[in-house]
Amino acid sequence: MHNKTIAEISRDLAAGVYTSVDITRELLARIEQHDAQYNSFITVTAEQALAQAAAADARRAAGQASAWTGVPIAHKDIFCTNGVLTTCGSKMLSNFVAPYDATIVDHFNQAGAVSLGKLNMDEFAMGSSNESSYYGPVANPWDRSRVPGGSSGGSAAAVAARLVPGATASDTGGSIRQPAAFCGLTGLKPTYGRVSRWGMIAYASSLDQAGVITRTAEDAAMMLNVMAGLDAKDSTCMDHPVPDYTATLNDSLAGLTIGLPKEYFSRDLSPAMAEKVRTAIAHYEQLGATVKDISLPNTHLAIPAYYIIAPAECSANLSRMDGVRFGYRCDDPKDINDLFKRSRGEGFGNEVKRRIMIGTYALSAGFYDAYYNKAQQVRRLIKNDFVEAFKEVDVIMGPTTPTPAFPQGSNSDDPVAMYLEDIFTIALNLAGLPGMSIPCGHINQLPVGLQLIGNYFDEARLLNCAHQFQQVTDWHQHTPHDLA
Amino acid sequence: MEWEVVIGLEIHAQLATQSKIFSGAATAYGADANTQACAVDLGLPGVLPVFNEEALRMAVKFGLAIDAEIGKKSVFDRKNYFYPDSPKGYQTTQLHYPTVGMGHIDIELDDGSTRRINVTRAHLEEDAGKSVHEGFGGLSGIDLNRAGTPLIEIVSEPELRSAKEASAYFRKMHSIVTYLGICDGDLSQGSMRCDCNVSLRPKGQTEFGTRTEIKNVNSFRNVERAIEAEIERQMDILEEGGRIIQETRLYDADKNETRAMRSKEVANDYRYFPCPDLLPVIIDDNYIEAVRATLPELPDQKRHRFQKDHGLSAIDAAVLSSQRELAHYFETAAQIANDYKLAANWVQGDVSATLNRLELDITALPVSAEQLGQILLRIKDNTLNNGGAKEVFNALLADPSQTDIDALIDQLGLKQVSDTGAIEAIVNDVLAANPKLVESYLATPEDKRAKAIGPFIGLVRKAAKGVNPQVVMDVLQQQLNRL
Repeated sequence: MHNKTIAEISRDLAAGVYTSVDITRELLARIEQHDAQYNSFITVTAEQALAQAAAADARRAAGQASAWTGVPIAHKDIFCTNGVLTTCGSKMLSNFVAPYDATIVDHFNQAGAVSLGKLNMDEFAMGSSNESSYYGPVANPWDRSRVPGGSSGGSAAAVAARLVPGATASDTGGSIRQPAAFCGLTGLKPTYGRVSRWGMIAYASSLDQAGVITRTAEDAAMMLNVMAGLDAKDSTCMDHPVPDYTATLNDSLAGLTIGLPKEYFSRDLSPAMAEKVRTAIAHYEQLGATVKDISLPNTHLAIPAYYIIAPAECSANLSRMDGVRFGYRCDDPKDINDLFKRSRGEGFGNEVKRRIMIGTYALSAGFYDAYYNKAQQVRRLIKNDFVEAFKEVDVIMGPTTPTPAFPQGSNSDDPVAMYLEDIFTIALNLAGLPGMSIPCGHINQLPVGLQLIGNYFDEARLLNCAHQFQQVTDWHQHTPHDLA
Repeated sequence: MEWEVVIGLEIHAQLATQSKIFSGAATAYGADANTQACAVDLGLPGVLPVFNEEALRMAVKFGLAIDAEIGKKSVFDRKNYFYPDSPKGYQTTQLHYPTVGMGHIDIELDDGSTRRINVTRAHLEEDAGKSVHEGFGGLSGIDLNRAGTPLIEIVSEPELRSAKEASAYFRKMHSIVTYLGICDGDLSQGSMRCDCNVSLRPKGQTEFGTRTEIKNVNSFRNVERAIEAEIERQMDILEEGGRIIQETRLYDADKNETRAMRSKEVANDYRYFPCPDLLPVIIDDNYIEAVRATLPELPDQKRHRFQKDHGLSAIDAAVLSSQRELAHYFETAAQIANDYKLAANWVQGDVSATLNRLELDITALPVSAEQLGQILLRIKDNTLNNGGAKEVFNALLADPSQTDIDALIDQLGLKQVSDTGAIEAIVNDVLAANPKLVESYLATPEDKRAKAIGPFIGLVRKAAKGVNPQVVMDVLQQQLNRL
C-alpha cells in the first residue's frame, strides 16, 4: 500500500480496495517505525489524521467522495495549520500554534485529503541541505550519510522513504526542485502568483512560491489542481484561469520546441551530469520534440542578485519574530531592547542570522542603490532573458543541480559553496517562472534531476512534458536502496 | 538679534474607514484591549496585508480638496524599526510614491487676511499600537487595537512663521478633513496628532537653522503653546551663542515646556524598501474624477458663499463655516427661516453662549437645527418677540421632546398680540386703572415724554404677555396724545 502514488491511492479508495483509515494507519505506522532514521517529520498528527480518514471514509460511504477524499499527504512546516504546531524549522517558533490554516492547507482539507503531519525543513526555508533545521538534519533515503537537499528536505525525504505519497513544499531559490532531484522525485514550483502565499511563513516574499514534491507528474498535477487559484487574502496571487492539470498530461509532444541554454552546459557542469541531461533530451526528441540552443546571458548574475534581494526581504519579514507576541522569548529580559536582542539571538540559528545581517546591510542608508536597487535591475535583465527565450521555445531544459546529493556536513563551513548549489534553479524565482525537476538518471547510484522551465502560467505544459517523459522512462519508479 | 521662526507641521489624521488599512478588523475606538486586532494586525507569521481601497478613496479625496497632484501610482514601503507596539517590526508607509503630492491650503490670520501654505505631500500609512505602562507591575502592556488603523500623514512645507499660524493651519486641516468626512477629527482620542518642526534663523538669512521636532501634540491650543515654548527655548540658547541640537522633543503641557526624548530613537536607519506583499496602486483619471464628484462644499467655499450670497459679515462667515457640524446646524436653521442673518445672530449669540455654558459640542445641543429654524420663523412672522423666542429656546433646552413649536408657544402663553384693537382695549384698561401715572405723564414736557412712557409699557406687557412691543408703543402714544 505504501508504494502507491496519489493517483493509485485515489483509484484504490474509489474501488474500495482499502479504506482511507487503512492506508492512513499503515503510513502512520511506517512513520513511527522508520522516520527516526530520516527525521523527515517535525510533528505527526496521528489522531487528527485518523479522524480525517474516518470522516473521509464516511463521506465515501455516503456517496460524496471526490478524487481527493481520504488521500494522505503531509505539509512542509512552513504552512500554518490551525491548532497544530508550525515551527518553520526554527527554535523561534518552537511553540507557535497558528490560529488559522494556510490557504493551501485549507484547500486540501476542503478537498478531503488527510494530513499526516508537518515536515522538516531548513530553518525559515534558508538552506540547500536541510542541515539548518532546529529539529536536526534530515537524511536522504538514498544514502543516509547524504543530505536530502533543502529547504524542503523533509518533504522530499518523506516521499522518497514512502512515508507519504506526496507533500506540499515551497521554493524561494530551488527549495522544491533541488531536494526533488536529490531524492529521485518529481518537484513542481508553480508561477509566482499561481498559488496563494497566505499562511506560508514568508522568507523572501517576492520569490516564495508554494508547490509540491511527489513521485510522478500525474500526482503533481492532481495536487496543483487543489492548490492553484486566486486568493483574496494574498494581493500577489493572480487571477488567471485554472485548468484541470491532469487533462493534458497525455497530449502529444510532437512539435514541442525545447531550448537548451548554453550557460547551463558550461565547463562547470560535470560530464556525468551533462550526459544524463543529454540522454533525457534524446528521449524528448524521440517523443517528437525539436531542440534549439539558446542563451540566457545573465545567468551568472542570478546568485549575486538573489543573495541581495532574498536577504533584504527576509531581514524585514523576520522582524516580527521579536519575542513580544508569540514564539521564543528569552528568560528574564532586563528591558525591551534586551528582550528583542536575546530572544532573537537565542531563537535564530546561524544561517538565518547571516541572511538577516546581509539583508540589513544591503538596505542600509548609503548602500541601498549599490545593492538592493542594482539587484532589482539585474532581476529585470534575468527576466528579460527568459522572455526573449520563450519567444523561440516552448520549454527550457537543463540540469536541476550541478551534482547529486552531497554528504552531510560537506558544505556547512562554506556558505558560498552552499549558495552555488542553487545556480540552475534560482533564476526562475527571480523571473517568477514555473519549473519542475524530474528524475532522469543516477550518478554513483544517486538520483539526479532534469529541470523543466516553463513560460508564465504554463504549468500544464510542464506537467505534460514531465508525464510523457515518465511514460517512456522509469527513473521515477526507482526506490531508495534501503527500501528495496 | 531679530529672529525668524520657521515651522513645518506633520499631521497624522486617522481615516474614518470601517476596517483597517490592511486587514478586516474594525477600527472603532475604545474597545477592550486587543479585541480589535486580527492575525494581520498582530503580525503573526504567514499573514499577508490586503489594501483597503476605501483608504485610497479618502486619501484621493483629501488630495483633491487641497488642490494637490494625485499620485497615479502609489507604492507602499516598509519602514523598519523595532518597537513593542509595532507588531511586524516595520511600518507600512509610502516613501517615494505617496498618494497625494504637492498641494496647498489658505489659512486665515488674525488681521482678517489669508496666507497660502504649501503642503509637500500626504502619504498613506498604518498606525501603530499602544504601549501601556501603568497597571502591569513594572512591565508594559501592548494594545494592538489601533495597529493598522489607516492614517494620512500630511506634511507641510516649512512656511509657517509663528505659533499662531501653525495653530491656524492645524485648525484648517481639521476643518478640511472633517468636512470631507474622512476623519472624525476627535483630537482627544488621537484621531489627529501633530508633529511640529521648529527652527529659528536670523531675519534675512535664507538657509534654515537646526530644527527640533516636537512629537505628538494633540490639541490646537497645545500646538500654539508647545511651539511658543520651543521658540523661547531656542531663542534663549541662540541669544547666548549656543547651538540647537537636532532632536525629537516632547511637550509637557503641565509645565509648559518641551524636553528631549532619548536621542537613541532619533538615530534610526529605517532601511526603507518597497513592500513585496503589496502591489503598486495604480489609478486613472476616471477614478480621480469619480472621487472628485463626491467632494462636498469645502470650508473656504462655504465661507465665501455665506458672505457673498447671504450677506454675512466676514467674521460670522468665517466662524460659521469653520466646523462642518456647526455650519450644517446654522445653515439648516437659516434655510427653514429663510433668513441667514437672523440665523447667524442666533447661532453666534444664544446658541454659542449655551454651548459654552454647558460645555457642549454642537452635535450634542438638545435644540435641533430644525427646532431653531421653527423659532426663527415665528420671530419673522411676528408670532414671537425676541424675549419670547429665548423662552421657547430655553424651554426646548430643558425638554427637547416638544416637537410642535407652535403648541409650545401657546402652552407658554408667548404668542405675541399684534392686533391693534385688542391692544387698544388693554391700553385703555391700564390708563383707566392708573390715573396718577397718566396725570404725571401729561405734566411731563413734550421732549421728555418718550422716557416717561416707559412705565406704561411695563404695565401693558404685565397685563398681557406676548404683546408686540412696537404695536404697544404706537397705541400708547396714540391714546395718551388723545387725552
